[in-house]
Amino acid sequence: MPYVPHTPDEVREMLATIGVGSIEDLFAEITEEMRPQSFDVPEGLSEMEVLSKLEGMAAKNATDRSSFLGAGFYDHYIPAAVDALTMRGEFYTAYTPYQPEASQGTLQAIFEYQTAVTRLLDMDCSNASVYDGGTALYEALMMAVRQTKRRKVVVSEALNPIYRVMLDSYTSNLHLEFVTVPHKKGKTDIEGIKAAIDDKTAALIVQNPNFFGSINDFTELFTAAREKKALSIMSCYPVLQTLLKTPGQMGADIAVAEGQSLGLPLSFGGPYLGIMTCTKKMVRQMPGRIVGRTEDTEGRTGYVLTLQAREQHIRRQKATSNICSNQSLCALRALVHICSLGEMGLKRAARLSIERAHLCAEKLTAIDGVEMLTNGPFGNEFAVALPKNAYEVITKLTERGYVPGFPLGRYYEGLENGLLVACTEKTSEEQIGILAEMMKGALR
Amino acid sequence: MKTIFEKSVAGREGCWPCDGLAAEAYIPKELLREEEIGLPSAGELDVVRHFTKLSQRNFGVDGNFYPLGSCTMKYNPKFTEVVAAMPGFTRLHPVLPQLKGAGHLCQGALEVMYETERLLCEITGMHSYTLHPMAGAHGELTGVMLMAAYHKDKGNEKTKIIVPDSAHGTNPASAAIAGYEVISIESRDGIIDPEALREVLDDKVAGMMMTCPNTLGLFEKNLPEIVRMLREVDALLYYDGANLNAVMGKMRVGDVGFDIVHLNLHKTFATPHGGGGPGSGPVGVSERVAPYLPISRVQKLEDGQFFLDYDYPKSIGYVAPFYGNFGVYLKAYAYILRLGGTGLTRATENAVLAANYMRKRLEKHFEIPYNRTCMHEFVAGAVHQAEKGVRALDIAKALLDKGHHAPTIYFPLIVKECIMVEPTETENKATLDHFVDDLIAIAELTEADPEAVQKAPVTLPVTRLDETLAARGMVLTEDMGS
Repeated sequence: MPYVPHTPDEVREMLATIGVGSIEDLFAEITEEMRPQSFDVPEGLSEMEVLSKLEGMAAKNATDRSSFLGAGFYDHYIPAAVDALTMRGEFYTAYTPYQPEASQGTLQAIFEYQTAVTRLLDMDCSNASVYDGGTALYEALMMAVRQTKRRKVVVSEALNPIYRVMLDSYTSNLHLEFVTVPHKKGKTDIEGIKAAIDDKTAALIVQNPNFFGSINDFTELFTAAREKKALSIMSCYPVLQTLLKTPGQMGADIAVAEGQSLGLPLSFGGPYLGIMTCTKKMVRQMPGRIVGRTEDTEGRTGYVLTLQAREQHIRRQKATSNICSNQSLCALRALVHICSLGEMGLKRAARLSIERAHLCAEKLTAIDGVEMLTNGPFGNEFAVALPKNAYEVITKLTERGYVPGFPLGRYYEGLENGLLVACTEKTSEEQIGILAEMMKGALR
Repeated sequence: MKTIFEKSVAGREGCWPCDGLAAEAYIPKELLREEEIGLPSAGELDVVRHFTKLSQRNFGVDGNFYPLGSCTMKYNPKFTEVVAAMPGFTRLHPVLPQLKGAGHLCQGALEVMYETERLLCEITGMHSYTLHPMAGAHGELTGVMLMAAYHKDKGNEKTKIIVPDSAHGTNPASAAIAGYEVISIESRDGIIDPEALREVLDDKVAGMMMTCPNTLGLFEKNLPEIVRMLREVDALLYYDGANLNAVMGKMRVGDVGFDIVHLNLHKTFATPHGGGGPGSGPVGVSERVAPYLPISRVQKLEDGQFFLDYDYPKSIGYVAPFYGNFGVYLKAYAYILRLGGTGLTRATENAVLAANYMRKRLEKHFEIPYNRTCMHEFVAGAVHQAEKGVRALDIAKALLDKGHHAPTIYFPLIVKECIMVEPTETENKATLDHFVDDLIAIAELTEADPEAVQKAPVTLPVTRLDETLAARGMVLTEDMGS
């Protein structure tokens, strides 16, 4: 049997030690009425057969298309060192570091990850990560609710709609009041959000760049929130954060991000990485694992899980969150990715992505009838209005090998002609040229 | 060991030579950050050596026996990594199937999802599954949300969830986060006492969360009675699948009357733990709970095509941005295909065999508070050793010195000086014997020289670490503290 090492002789010896006649005797407490009504799982295959079956299934996925899809999830280049290092069994096959002396590798790596993401987002503290960017936002919101003891939340409609629906589901039993402030042609309505904040507001949630790719400075908004004693939560995009004004500079209390763009493949939606950072004042509200630096009995530097009094295994129903796992390996991937590219490399990847997106916007808006849907500064993603239903155009181009972007009409009523287009450093000028030509053809 | 930040040298270049124009060419200066970030500048070899050395400061299943109770640290077959790294899966953008008519571009991935759900249904006897929850605790939260949706839809006014005192800490935490009051009940002789249950059971009870076998490694033999009692008040029974490795092919939770179950694919189905994640925590439900499952759900058409269906008006909505940790359950799917029904049953049988063998070999040297046939794990108590001043924690550290990862300690909370051992089916007899011999040697050393045990570990990169200092000093990044 695969992965069961015992020989028949060893099994006999073990049964003799236990003092039973057969393995089945060990299951005597599972009486007849509790036994399976069926267990019709197909017989096992060899390793070679499984690989061949799955290669066949993988081949049914059309991953040869040139894609301009983003919507918060981006296809950036991942250096080979990321796979090579993170696949080491010592990292890969370890558990949560409950025994710190035997887990200094994992613990120091998380400490370095915490340092890297707090510097990137310009915040004080980070946890060891949560499942994904959406969960990070939910947990940030709950931090604010606990801290302020208020229940109203002001959310920008230009926040990634995938996260807005997650927040709705997660909070459905918690009696919170959500106020969603509509976007203005894809721009975050800062004045509208400001007007919606009152002294019952726990937090406001905005995103930079927002879902439409539009870039803002929220400093003034966050200052206004502080005057009402409401907390400011900002979701951001780690790669662009190497260049953009930071949540810290703007005065955010909690900053979160989807970390997928830092060395994680798209992999059809996961595993991803929820980055969570906050001000020092908020750290005791933080969910999940946190690593801290300390010393051993000989005075040597070492690392441990810390501030554990927040956590479920100690506090049970009074914990800050039910979260047990982090995304340790994904956090490690992000760290190795950041280190492999270095500060300069990450900035270069961001700059090139922005340059390609601007070239793409220029070429697309040169086509008759195509206009920018959202005006003003953008990074590597932008929204255009087509003269036709975007779904139809996407379908037509996708059949020819180009996925031109995401249809805004999926989440925004009235934007059925809106197309959200993303580029990364992997998008070539040639691909952009072909996309523009095909778009011209499709709109003719 | 120095951090990568301390090894950083300004001006040293990493591995990305391409560049674009300065951001100022496109974005107004006031929207940009000005100062350096402080991310490392290191060469590729610097990075490779740093992380290789870091990895060498870790125990993992590949290098060490890792009998961490409740965590099922079985061997993670290497071929599943080959599967998860296939470009046909890794390059797939998750919004692709949301484009009209683009479902045909990801039929392979949708088939993986459909087949995985179908297999999990058969293994556990449930009606339907969602693969969306991204870890065990996330599955629990999803399960409790399903419970709430079920009762709300039926017009039931329920406010409480019952959790046995031996339950995982995530159980009460999940129930509380979903808005329920948590009622704890005491075990009797290591298992749930139907009398204790009867005392707290009324029609305000939404459900009960339980693990079977429980965290003491004992089978809950009163299960049929418990199911009947809960049915009488229309309460749902929730199965924490952390311990599923003990019952595959022997009992299906759906058949015995559970309505909701979460599985930990990173335990029973051999996907690697990665130092604490990513996990995957699919949730299975009985037919009456199925309408509330998260969206989207994968469906198969008569022509054999797969598609994502969002049209479930009673659904609790979205618990994940897309379809869960695809890259993780893909590995579990490959593992199930490899083992097949017989292989999964053998896994369970040998996990239970190994645990009982170790329990029996240790019974003369350690207190075994419930010394009867256990399932895939058992608990010992270092109570005799504690009288000599050697606590479970000291024994755990002494085991590290011998090259074994320590068992889970001080959990479940109801056993004094608890040591919880889960060997799994993948460890050979020599490894089990070696561990038991070392544990016995530590017990003997406790008699002769307790201080020597209290000093452990002495062979690792660090000795015992000061957790109080860590909490007080709160140095959580290079920039905090001095």
